[in-house]
Formats: sequence, structure tokens, C-alpha cells
Amino acid sequence: MAEDSIITDEMKAAVGVESEPSVYEIEKEPIRRWADSIGDSNPLYHDEEYAKSQGYRSLVAPPGFLGNYAYPVKAGAGPRRGFQSPFTRVLNGGNEYDFLKPVQAGDTITATSRLAELREREGRLGKMLFIINETVYKNQNGEIVAKSRGTGISY
Amino acid sequence: MADQVYWEDIDVGTEITPLEKQPTPQQLVKWAGGSGDFYQIHYDKDFALGNQLPGIIVHGALKSAWLGQLLGDWVGVKGKIKTYGCSYRGMDIPGDTLTCKGTVTKKYTEGDEHLADCDIWLENSKGEKTTPGTATVVLPSKG
Repeated sequence: MAEDSIITDEMKAAVGVESEPSVYEIEKEPIRRWADSIGDSNPLYHDEEYAKSQGYRSLVAPPGFLGNYAYPVKAGAGPRRGFQSPFTRVLNGGNEYDFLKPVQAGDTITATSRLAELREREGRLGKMLFIINETVYKNQNGEIVAKSRGTGISY
Repeated sequence: MADQVYWEDIDVGTEITPLEKQPTPQQLVKWAGGSGDFYQIHYDKDFALGNQLPGIIVHGALKSAWLGQLLGDWVGVKGKIKTYGCSYRGMDIPGDTLTCKGTVTKKYTEGDEHLADCDIWLENSKGEKTTPGTATVVLPSKG
């Protein structure tokens, strides 16, 4: 088992290493566009006056919106990775979110990811590498607003 | 928007109001633009076939977003989603009717918060739970 492991020493060394922080502004139109793309007409995501009437400062970021920042425009499409996978194909295995404080338009979010774990498994499509990333999102006041855990499957 | 649900209204076994989706290839393209995930398996059939997939498939994160919508609609403006997550166990394809569902598995209080744990999932038109998950939500109390 150990002999034909696809997890190399280089990959093991990448576990636990934190990414460079990514800093993003939360803006109204991307919130509306995101909500529209899933077919969610909740006025908290579309109507700023309504959001204000409910005690928010501006439009609210929908659940999962922060996950977008796995794909920052400036870094090009695709999740960032601190090592070379032996495979080129990838599937999303799962996502988990903890929401600690509301995120609203006008916030500035700093997201920091770390590779939490690498696992390998024999699947229907041959050997598969499970890449588990954890991300912490802080707002402009340094408060943790959300945490996420994502599983990528490389095959 | 549906009427606000209160913690007193629910019990173990209470069903979350289902949310039906009929994704088209166009919607996957909209999501690609909305989320920034431009991986070709979600809109380029030849690319998807070349990746040993049956054709273009629905983004996992889109299914997760729909489960977030399911929960957001249910807890209403006075409730909030504390945690939720799901696994993408089965692939879903555009053209199928997908339904987000959930049930309450535990009802409790913690400090001054009124909470419910739920099983949530997305199922395809055959009733297969392709995307199972769990959630914890805070509901307002009539107190």
C-alpha cells in the first residue's frame, strides 16, 4: 500500500500550510447575480431597502456565497493548490459551512485557506485523491464571519 | 415569501418545505458566471465525455447553494443558518427534476438560542439522494 501511494513527500509537506490571504470586497451586484443564477429571489439578496428594514446595513451575502472565493478572478479559475496532483481531472466531493456573523455588502473579507488533509482511495475511475481544504473568513474588524471545509476529488 | 416559522411550530420529523429545481445547461452557465467556477465539465459536453462523465453535470456547489436556499427560505428572515454541509455522492444532470428536501432530527436550546438540527438532501427524479447533508439552524421563539 505504502509503496504505490500517490501521496508524495512533497504533497505531505503541503498539509497544514496556510495560503496567502485573499482580500475581497463584498459587493451588491455580485450578490444579486449569484442569487439570480441559482433562482433565489429572497429580497435580502436583492433589495437593499428591504434588507435595511430587517436590521442589516446592506444586501446580505447568501449562504455559500463566500465559497466563490475559492475561485478568485486574479488567480484564474480553479482552486489554488500548494502541490502538484498526479491527476488532471477534478470533482467536488462536498462543502461544509459554519456561519458565525452575517456578511453584507460593504464588508471586506480576508480568506485564508489551508490544506487540512490528503487521502487516497480506489474508486470506480481508478485511484482517487481526496483533497480537504479549510478556509477561515474574517471581516474588516478581524472577526471570523465564516469557516468552510471543502473536499476536492482528483482522479 | 412563506410565513415565518417559529421554533415552537416544529418538532422532530417536521418536514422542511421542499424546493424544486429543473436545471438547464443555460442555468449551469449562469452559475459558472455567478460563482466563477468555469470548469468545462459543466458546460462542454465533449470535455465532460473525455473526463469519463456521462455528459455535462450540475456543479456540486450549485446543489449546495440550492440547499442553502432551501434552508434560507425555511428559517425566514428572523431565523438563521448556523451550519450546513453536504456531500456530492451522485452526479446530477441538466434536464432532470431535482428536489431539495429536509427533516428536523433534533430540537433544543443552547444559551438563548432556539435550535434545530436537520437532515437535508437533494434527490433526483428517481428519488435517489445524490446530495445528502446536515444543517443546524436557529429559529425565532414565540417566547
